[in-house]
Parts: sequence; C-alpha cells; structure tokens
Amino acid sequence: MSIRDQKPLRVVLYEGRDSTPLEGEQRFAAVSRLLQQGFAITRVGGAGRTAPADDSAALVLGRFGGEKAADFSAGTSNGQVRVRDITGLDAEQVAAEVEAARSERQAPAPGAWKPWFPVIDYDRCTNCMQCLSFCLFGVYGADDEGHIQVQNQDNCKTNCPACSRVCPEAAIMFPKYKAGPINGDVVKDSDLQREKMKIDISALLGGDIYSMLRQRSERAQSRFSKERDSDKALNERQKCLTKLAQAGDIPAEVLMSLPTPDEILRRAGEARAKAQAALAVQQR
Amino acid sequence: MPPADNTPAPGILYCHCTYAQIIDPAVKAGVLRRLCDSGRSFEAVADLCELSARRDPALARLARGPGVKIAACYPRAVKWLFASAGSPLDPGATEVVNLRELPEDAAAARLLADDLQTNLPPDKSSAAATSTSSPAS
Ligand code: SF4
Ligand code: SF4
Repeated sequence: MSIRDQKPLRVVLYEGRDSTPLEGEQRFAAVSRLLQQGFAITRVGGAGRTAPADDSAALVLGRFGGEKAADFSAGTSNGQVRVRDITGLDAEQVAAEVEAARSERQAPAPGAWKPWFPVIDYDRCTNCMQCLSFCLFGVYGADDEGHIQVQNQDNCKTNCPACSRVCPEAAIMFPKYKAGPINGDVVKDSDLQREKMKIDISALLGGDIYSMLRQRSERAQSRFSKERDSDKALNERQKCLTKLAQAGDIPAEVLMSLPTPDEILRRAGEARAKAQAALAVQQR
Repeated sequence: MPPADNTPAPGILYCHCTYAQIIDPAVKAGVLRRLCDSGRSFEAVADLCELSARRDPALARLARGPGVKIAACYPRAVKWLFASAGSPLDPGATEVVNLRELPEDAAAARLLADDLQTNLPPDKSSAAATSTSSPAS
C-alpha cells in the first residue's frame, strides 16, 4: 500500500474547558514520548490556532475525570473519535494507551518507513527530466502537462542522494541530508558549479561497478582457488563497494541491493522513455 | 472532536525530526519544553517530511491559516515540502524557525514571539501549482 493511501491516527491532547490541564513538565513528557513513538499531536488549550477536525480517526486525550469524560465522549460525532481519560497516567502509560488505540483502529504503525525522498525546488527546476531518466526506482514521474513530479516517495532508497547530483540546477533537496544545498540550505554559485558535474548513469550504476566487481572477483577467484577462503571474497566485494560508495556518496546498502546489469539497462530504458514522453507533452 | 481555539496568534507547528539525527537533541528538547511550558495551543509532528509524503490534510489547513510559525529545518525545504503535498504556504504569513541553525534560546524566542518575521524564499515560478496537479497515470 502506498504511503499516500494510509490514514494515520490523529492524537489530540485536550486541555480546554471541562478538563484539568497538565503541568508543563507532564505535558512535555507526554508529548515528547508520543513524538518519539512517531505520532502527531494536536495540543488544544491556550491561545493559538490548531488544524481543525478532519475525517481522520482521532484519539482525544485529557484529564476529564469520571462522568465528564463520558459526557465529552457522547458529544463527539462520527465514531472516528475516541476519548481517553488520562488522569493519573504517566507518559509511558499515555503512550501505551495511544499505541493500543492505534492498533485497535488498524492505523499505520509510525516509523515503519524512514521518510527519505527527493523534494523539488520548482523555483530552480527547468523540467529537463534528467532526474526522471536517472532514477531506476520509479520515484519520479510527470503530470498530465509533462511537468516533473516526485510521485513515489516510498520507492526512494534511504540515505541515497544520488539523483540530487544529476540535477544541473541543484533543484533536488533531501531535507534530511547532512549538508547544503541538498539539505535545503541556500544554493551558492560555488554549489552550482559543483552540482553541474553530472554523473553518468552507466558509470555510477552500471558498467563501472560491475566491471570492477568482475575484475576483482576474477582476481580473487584465482587466489581463492589456492587459498579456499570465501570470507576473503566477501571482504573484497565490500571493500570495492565501500570505495564506490565514498566516491559517489551512495550508501553501500543501496549498491548492494542494485538489480542485475540487464535489469538496470531495462529500467534505465523505461525511465528514459518516460522522460521523453513527458518532454514531448510539453512541446505539443 | 473538541473545537479549536480561534484566537489570532499565529499557529505553531513543531517538527521533532524523529527519524534523523540532523538537529541537536538539546535544541529539539529545549524548544519543545518551552513550547509546552508556554500553555499555547500547537501542532507537534514526529516528521514533517512524512506528512508531506502522505499529503496529510492537516498541512493544507495549517497552510491556509492567517499566520503560521514552523519549527523545523531550512525554509527552502519546508516551503517545497508543503507545496509538494499540494498545500503551498503563504510566503506573506509564514515564518520558519530553523532548528538546524539556530541555538535553543533564539529558536524558542522566535517560535513563541507574537510577531511574524516571514522568511520563505520568494516565489520565482508558478510551478508550486505544478507540484499539486494530479499525477499522470
Ligand atoms: S534534474 Fe533538476 S532541473 Fe531537471 S527536471 Fe529534475 S529537478 Fe528539474
Ligand atoms: S521537515 Fe526538516 S526537521 Fe522536519 S522531519 Fe523533515 S528534515 Fe526533519
């Protein structure tokens, strides 16, 4: 199921009328515990605006106390909203209540996917489609008018910023990346020069890796036939991948999980065709 | 669902960046603690990137408000995370408090201040709308 089809549970910490507000320290403990667990929390109480109710399942937490909790519950609308009295509960117990409610509603478990994906800065993007041609995992696509889009965020390989390197305009961000401008920091002229050094897809993901691996494994095999040391073969492979990973800033796990050379060629061809079709739509 | 408070103070959205180690944990905890102590209403999310990938409707409602302060990371990243979720922020009504760059005191002060110091990068294209159009099948 795509991430876009999942409906997470909304947690509301209600501290308004008919409830006893938490102390600052208790509020902090409960909110940070829930955030660490991956939940989103709306704290309703003092001044300030929060996003109003929507049709997602919600769990309202508050110190309502006995009867009042029942009254409050009866006043809520559509069965999508549950109310829990958290009087006397500590942060761990509150977190356990929320997790139980999540599981009961069969809402998606937070943290199952690390949200790592490209974000396009359309102030910079020229719609050249190089990212679409480059990505082998179907992350990019084009809309009906032939404009580049990130369409399948959860297909992206965690911690791999490779496509940002092929963008000639430094328009691709990964907000969780360690350094600018890929992390969203301001793009400087010097960055632009560096980012313009394009990476050849076949060099990065195809030929070089496989020919290097082949050569190494041939060399290794001739040695191993004498040494009979299969661990060494694995070490060789890992050493080789680590070197490539450092050069291209690509996580070794990503290189390790690459498809076969034939499959890479097939996918690259598919991506190129998609990009060409999108460019053709634009030129109509 | 309880009614939201409708006072004119800017809405506050705090991102905890739970799944990455890019923000100093002391800054995150310090800012969140002061937000909790302030007694203000707020939205806190484990990971704003995830909400963006989901196109979470809460983003649209926050983006539409009369003013919003967002404690997260770089303003350019936040701008396009909202836009790519189909909920572009109003550059005239949004202040991003960059927890990757600001020390705790400065970040908390900006988040809780009543005034809004808008700082989204100005629009250079109309393509915010591009990212909101429906994907080709
Ligand atoms: S490579 Fe960069 S400029 Fe080209 S379409 Fe992709 S994001 Fe836009
Ligand atoms: S928006 Fe920024 S601070 Fe929030 S989860 Fe994404 S990278 Fe982290």
